[in-house]
Amino acid sequence: MLGFALRRILVAISVAITVSVASFLLLHLSGDLATAIAGPEATGEQIAAIRQQYGLDQPLLVQFADWAGRALQLDFGNSFYFRERVSDLIASRLPVTLTLGVVALCVALFVAIPLGVLAAVRRDTWIDRTALAVSVLGQAMPSFWFGLTLIMIFSVNLRWLPVSGNATWKHFVLPAVALGYYAMPAVMRLTRNGMLEVLASDYVRTARAKGLPPRKVLVRHALRNAVIPVIALAAVQFGFMLGGSIVIEAVFSLQGLGQLAWESIARNDFPVVQAIVLVLAMIYIALTLAADLLNALLDPRLRS
Amino acid sequence: MTIQPASPPAASGLAPEMLIPAPAETAAPLAPARSPTALALRRGLHHGGFLIGAGILGLIVLAALAAPLIAPHDPYAQDVSRRLIPPVWHAKGSWEHVLGTDKLGRDYLSRLIYGSQISLLIGLSAALISGIIGTTLGILAGYFGGRVDALVSYVVTTRLAMPVVLVALAMASLVGGSLKVVVLVLGLLLWDRFAVVTRAATRQVRGQDFVAAAQASGFGTARILVQEILPNIMNALIVVATLEMAHAILLEAALSFLGLGVQPPLPSWGLMIAEGKQYMFFQPWVITIPGVALLVLVLAINLLGDGVRDITAPEGRH
Repeated sequence: MLGFALRRILVAISVAITVSVASFLLLHLSGDLATAIAGPEATGEQIAAIRQQYGLDQPLLVQFADWAGRALQLDFGNSFYFRERVSDLIASRLPVTLTLGVVALCVALFVAIPLGVLAAVRRDTWIDRTALAVSVLGQAMPSFWFGLTLIMIFSVNLRWLPVSGNATWKHFVLPAVALGYYAMPAVMRLTRNGMLEVLASDYVRTARAKGLPPRKVLVRHALRNAVIPVIALAAVQFGFMLGGSIVIEAVFSLQGLGQLAWESIARNDFPVVQAIVLVLAMIYIALTLAADLLNALLDPRLRS
Repeated sequence: MTIQPASPPAASGLAPEMLIPAPAETAAPLAPARSPTALALRRGLHHGGFLIGAGILGLIVLAALAAPLIAPHDPYAQDVSRRLIPPVWHAKGSWEHVLGTDKLGRDYLSRLIYGSQISLLIGLSAALISGIIGTTLGILAGYFGGRVDALVSYVVTTRLAMPVVLVALAMASLVGGSLKVVVLVLGLLLWDRFAVVTRAATRQVRGQDFVAAAQASGFGTARILVQEILPNIMNALIVVATLEMAHAILLEAALSFLGLGVQPPLPSWGLMIAEGKQYMFFQPWVITIPGVALLVLVLAINLLGDGVRDITAPEGRH
């Protein structure tokens, strides 16, 4: 197990390095940063001055080494727009996005796991079909439109919840539902398939044959085993949700990392964009690493 | 150790095996006389989801192709005296503008019809580009295994770690948002599932007798990959292509909604929602109509994809 864990950690670190190189290159090769920062009315001299000021006249390799060296110490430079350290900006916005992600994940799991279990137990009944329909719809729904529709129903018509902002817990309800709905189909399908497999297994039949009450068999024997891959999936989905929260935060004006990223992209504030891409990627890598290690810990067959 | 990208199959909840119909040889022992195509077609006619998906998608494609003929108005013609007319089912609606008009007085139905061209174009082209990239990577990884496989898996893992929406937004913003840029950015980003599924499918096919026969006949590797392997993983590819098409359409809508995708005055559905956002409290239909259009299109594509997966699966597995 230790050898496996070490190898996985090494891979994760090298993926992290590759991602930072790739995202750096993508941003620097997609266009001329100096022209973008200077704006449409800038003269050639102004652009040249900006290029020099931000070190954009240096070779790409030098720029990267410089940026990466400081990023390692969590120093992402200063924001072009806020005149503030990027690391401070991110630190102040990250909690909002993490809260949103955690609540959204809870919403998704609390709906998807029971629904998946029910669908498996009542296979091929209307419950199963409804669950399938919900998951098919969930995959087809544009998340930002779903968010706007939730606002129209629950904030405007029913007046139960606030439209936007992040002052109280009530502000997180609708965004979390909108974001969580997006992760639900995958979790539900995996739970359903896992349950079907486990319910057909020998040990569940044995447990039933021993005369254990059905509820106990379902929870103690079946669900406990079917839920293992779901936990790993949940970790990965959490990473995806943090990345996808940019759209939801824009809809609900939540002042999180996504909103900051969106505004920074529009303002050509590249140190901030670069840093957020890196932070989100690192969180995702750490989550998948944790999921892999957890899976391997629970299932020795995966360690080979 | 081969680096297993634990995430891609898990991420979608679809293990690659679920997308891969077994090779045709093992299928249909009961009806040996029928060709696989005929069999798939016969099953298709009995598969509700496939029929509904194909039907709706067919209608949308027709509408997109015939847009100049069926659109009642010019989708770009503004008329400030006719702004925000509600659809026909409202008390103030009229048959003149069946789905009403937007904030600039442009006919909503016409914009919706022309918008389907954008969604379909983006879905198809992005899926084509990402399909070529992903399939190439996946076939190479699956056929050669070993180091090639490890390298491709590593590249896929790296790609998955990058937040798609954010990277796409940043790239589109730097290059300048336009239809072409959105297609390219999405095409360059969405190839991961193609690679994962093609790799798994190729591994299944690689061991088959006809591949060994081709190798023994001294055919070149390129020829084996293109003529022996590729046709036999086509079913799996079609399923992934539908998924990625749907994915690209949703992402385009999101990018355009955030103002960094397709630019006005093009009638992208995502853009229509963005433009209607400020009026949605009093005129909810301005965002409901394009939103439902997106939902229906993506739903149809997904149903079609699920259907193809079911009907090309071997006997007894569907």
